[in-house]
Amino acid sequence: MRRLLGSVTVAGLVAGLVMAFGVAPREETQGNVQRIMYLHVPSVWVAYLAFAVVLVCSVVYLVRRAEGADQLAHASAEVGVLFTGITIATGSIWGRPTWGTWWTWDARLTTVSILFVMYLGYLLLRGMIEDRERGARFAAVLGIIAAFNIPLVHFSVIWWRTLHQPPSLMKPGGAAMPDIIRYALFVNFAAFTLLYAYFVIRRARVLRLEAEADA
Amino acid sequence: MWKDLLVERRSKETLNALFFFGLLLLFVFQFALGPDRERLAGTLPGLLWLGFILSGLLGLGRTFVAERENDCWEGLVLAPGDKSAIYVGKLAGNLLLMLVIEAILLALFAFFFNLDLAGALPGLGVVIALGTVALAAVGTLFAAMTAQVRARELLFPVLLLPVEAPVLLATVKATEAVLLGEPLGSVAHWLKLLAAADVVYVAVGVLTFDFVLEA
Repeated sequence: MRRLLGSVTVAGLVAGLVMAFGVAPREETQGNVQRIMYLHVPSVWVAYLAFAVVLVCSVVYLVRRAEGADQLAHASAEVGVLFTGITIATGSIWGRPTWGTWWTWDARLTTVSILFVMYLGYLLLRGMIEDRERGARFAAVLGIIAAFNIPLVHFSVIWWRTLHQPPSLMKPGGAAMPDIIRYALFVNFAAFTLLYAYFVIRRARVLRLEAEADA
Repeated sequence: MWKDLLVERRSKETLNALFFFGLLLLFVFQFALGPDRERLAGTLPGLLWLGFILSGLLGLGRTFVAERENDCWEGLVLAPGDKSAIYVGKLAGNLLLMLVIEAILLALFAFFFNLDLAGALPGLGVVIALGTVALAAVGTLFAAMTAQVRARELLFPVLLLPVEAPVLLATVKATEAVLLGEPLGSVAHWLKLLAAADVVYVAVGVLTFDFVLEA
């Protein structure tokens, strides 16, 4: 099962690469730089998905005390931080030629970087508490409060300032991009979601084995 | 809570130290920015909240110091009945402490920076009250979580600061507007955000405190 998921993920990633570099056309104004979107946008999707999973697993853990839920939350947070990092890095690489700067305190850059440090803190908390059960409880509380904080961060930062181009995919009245680019993007969305699932399952398994080895 | 306030009134330990700390912060701000009045005035809302949050970090971080040092932690854990009562009590104590400190800091700022606060005081009071509830609500929860961790002095701010990022943005922007003499209506969206943050933080705190204080 795991092996199958792994193979499908690899196939999906290859298909995503083919779509991004082979099938999708060169964007007219931005040129090839635009192709980084096929990595950037799915990454941020995976990051948000991962943090949503952390929230759900944290609640489940506090209610049911199932260690599996805690391990899933832990694994998901790690993968989420990883993909938040990828989002920031790719966005930065894209921003340099397009905006002329590596970094700017634009609304969405700020939001994502706040999420990044918030969930880094989550992992730090987990690392610092020796008692496994207590660490799981505290991390679950933090996972819940961090998730509820995301909309607050979102709005505060939007009102604070904005420079990022408005979202071009989810706009009401249809996406503002040619179909072929959209298909390429969706293939990558699917591939990255599979990759996320694969990472989390593998990582949660390692965490479970570690717990068993300790016990 | 009354016990905490009583201890605090008898010893005045935290209050005295925080007052001195606030005074030192003011000196440091002055030294760092130089004597240029206009530049100081422009950065004033930010400096004010920087002062609040730094003294808040110190004050809130000490919430459970008495329990830990006097080996009363088990007493808290074993306390019969609803643990959320302990949370609300600690939160109220922290709120009072922070509001006193903030009032003193505000007076010091007005004195050193030659501010005329009389007109802005009601608006400023609303902003400060809303912001302080948000700070204290998360701070009290995290203080309980980090109380039993080795590197708590480090972990506490590292957890608290990212979570409070939207609160800081909102309070600084609202303070800026109020100090410029604008009516509160012009920053209604920030006040709503702060109110939402207060509700979310206090609710999560009350609901999850049980899990933090488990044996």
